[in-house]
Amino acid sequence: MIGNMQLNDEGKLKHFLSIEGLDKCLLTEILDTAESFAGMSAQQVKKVPLLRGKTIVNLFFENSTRTRTTFELAATRLSADVINMNIATSATSKGESLLDTIRNLEAMFVDMFVVRHALSGAAHFIAQQTASHISVINAGDGQHAHPTQAMLDMFTIRQLKPNFSNLRVAIIGDILHSRVARSEIQALNTLGVAEVRVIAPKTLLPAHVESLGVSVSHNLNEGLKDIDVVMMLRLQKERMTSALLPSESEYFKCFGLTEEKLKIAKPDAIVMHPGPINRGVEIDSKVADGPQSVILKQVSNGIAVRMAIMAMAMQTLPSSPGRPVTQAPSLAITGGL
Amino acid sequence: MTRICIAKGRIIDPANDMDRVGSIYIENGKIVSVTDEQAGFKADKVIDASDQIVCPGFIDLSTRLRDMGHSRKATFKSEVIAAASAGVTTLCLQPDTVPVIDTPAVAELIKDLAQIAGYRQIYPIGALTHKLDGVELSSMLSLKNAGCIAVGNANQPVKNLLILRRAMEYAASHDLLLMFRPNDFWLSNNGCAHEGVVATRYGLPSIPEAAETIALAQCLELAELTGCRVHFGQLSSKRSVIQIHQAKKYGLRVSADVAIHQLHLTENDMQPFDSAYHVLPPLRTEADKQYLRQGLAEGTLNSICSDHQPHDLDAKLGAFPETEPGISALETLLPLMLRLVKQHAITLEQGIGCLSANPARVLRLESGALTPGFAADVCIFDPELDWQVNAENWKSQGVNTPFWGHTLKGRVTHTLQAGQIIYSL
Repeated sequence: MIGNMQLNDEGKLKHFLSIEGLDKCLLTEILDTAESFAGMSAQQVKKVPLLRGKTIVNLFFENSTRTRTTFELAATRLSADVINMNIATSATSKGESLLDTIRNLEAMFVDMFVVRHALSGAAHFIAQQTASHISVINAGDGQHAHPTQAMLDMFTIRQLKPNFSNLRVAIIGDILHSRVARSEIQALNTLGVAEVRVIAPKTLLPAHVESLGVSVSHNLNEGLKDIDVVMMLRLQKERMTSALLPSESEYFKCFGLTEEKLKIAKPDAIVMHPGPINRGVEIDSKVADGPQSVILKQVSNGIAVRMAIMAMAMQTLPSSPGRPVTQAPSLAITGGL
Repeated sequence: MTRICIAKGRIIDPANDMDRVGSIYIENGKIVSVTDEQAGFKADKVIDASDQIVCPGFIDLSTRLRDMGHSRKATFKSEVIAAASAGVTTLCLQPDTVPVIDTPAVAELIKDLAQIAGYRQIYPIGALTHKLDGVELSSMLSLKNAGCIAVGNANQPVKNLLILRRAMEYAASHDLLLMFRPNDFWLSNNGCAHEGVVATRYGLPSIPEAAETIALAQCLELAELTGCRVHFGQLSSKRSVIQIHQAKKYGLRVSADVAIHQLHLTENDMQPFDSAYHVLPPLRTEADKQYLRQGLAEGTLNSICSDHQPHDLDAKLGAFPETEPGISALETLLPLMLRLVKQHAITLEQGIGCLSANPARVLRLESGALTPGFAADVCIFDPELDWQVNAENWKSQGVNTPFWGHTLKGRVTHTLQAGQIIYSL
């Protein structure tokens, strides 16, 4: 259902709300398109005119630094005009409803909403309610989805381990509250990895987690065996106060990723984290800053992947499906910059 | 005085074990006789019920009509018309009105307002605790004297089991029925969907089945301890049905109902993030639905309620978890009951009994039957008539139903309340 809603009549991306319902071909197209943008950051002129004249509103109902900044950079590199709205400190605190906020912004003739919201389904709701010419990109809704994060992680994995079908991926930590985990699991399964394994205590796993297409382990030492990609999740402090965990130190002892534990995984395993990291809680600094960590690579890749998704959703790419988009950087020149 | 004859309908009256074609004669608001033809009866009005089913007016054990503090959602005026058009002649009103039904004045006001709206048989359920706070007992005897048919705490938690025990002992002292929706507040944890595969996939805060079954088990134990009569409302899970079955076998004086939508919808029907499916208790699994149907067929659950909860549009607009739960359900009650019959889950006689004779027995009302001498609460419906759930046909002010736009089979043609025709198609 979500899948259908995300595509236009021609089967092209219109909204990007969830990985669910998108097929391998489309996910690969996103990764290929991102590939063509990836080199741009190193160039002198970091802009293409693909979204010139378009207005993008970053609609953040929940705080975020990293995601909002990379979305903003991605949009400006596509030459769009960007407005940042932090609604947590704005209209809704004056009692304006979510829908009223959307209607008001619509009336200002915007072309795209990038939405972050604390409740599951918020991006979906906005996409349903908003005018038909507007695209909605989900930048994280409640515990539901964070699909651009999942795609930038897929991009990072593919750079280092191009063949998904051999990979065993472990996701470690607070799966229950994690929109990142849900999107990662869907993306990894759609791209056809050999195994997705979630490792966490029962209190941090949703009921019926295996229905998401994962195997489950409650023990890091056992769970890390044969793993190619280790994805750590951030542990929110409030999990201790709501009786989900006894203490940070006990969590670190059981599920914290140390150099020693990492040795259980394959020797060439990579370590990922969506950030911001809690050093000494879910991950040891030596691992986070170590040779196997790709955490900062994830951050830089975020810009290219978000550029690809925004350009695809606005239908401004001169590509046909399945074709690698190698022309995008040259557009910068022919576009007359 | 109006004398009415309902002629030549198929009369189904489970309380009197009747299923025959015949006529009903009504005088002074009461049923005079149910027979082939009564010689010498001069009717002022004859309702031709041929090819239609004539049965007792329906008794709904759980309704919210809003009004007063929530008149933007619905009013007595709009909702009693909806009830009448649905064949419902008796309504039990949950106490979580604004203000709460915790004083005789509010109970009487509600009955007055309903009467002004042209509807006579509204029974308030009195609050079990003061302002439904779950701490202080309400003045239950005064509420009973003011017309409250039972007591309950709606969806609000009772603070602890000691208070629930005392409330039940006090209710039992005045022979008051407790209407209880079992739900452990803490285990529910502000959830909005069943703790199953769908909530897991969509990352929705979830409510485990145990939130219901644990509260149910506790209340059953207290029913045994206190001798309080208890009716459990809106059960949603398989294990609840099993518990009620065992409690009855053991001899406890308890009864239970299920909301009509739980018999048709499951978590899988829930379109992603469609707030029309946001209900409490949440829609559960196919196995739960089948058990609830079986519980109804075997008599473990003896009633079906509408759990009518009309909402304004705004209440259902938003991200799923922040929308308000509930379905505007009076008008789909009969066609959805008939669908159960068509799907061979229950017989037609059972279905009608679950909407009339059985709830009357729960409430100890002289109603829910076409017995001579009883008030003439009658529903006449055409079981084959198709109608679409749309703005033209819908009466309730709340349009929050997952069946919007659907074509349903079975429609009420006439409703009589105490011998007065309060609805005709």
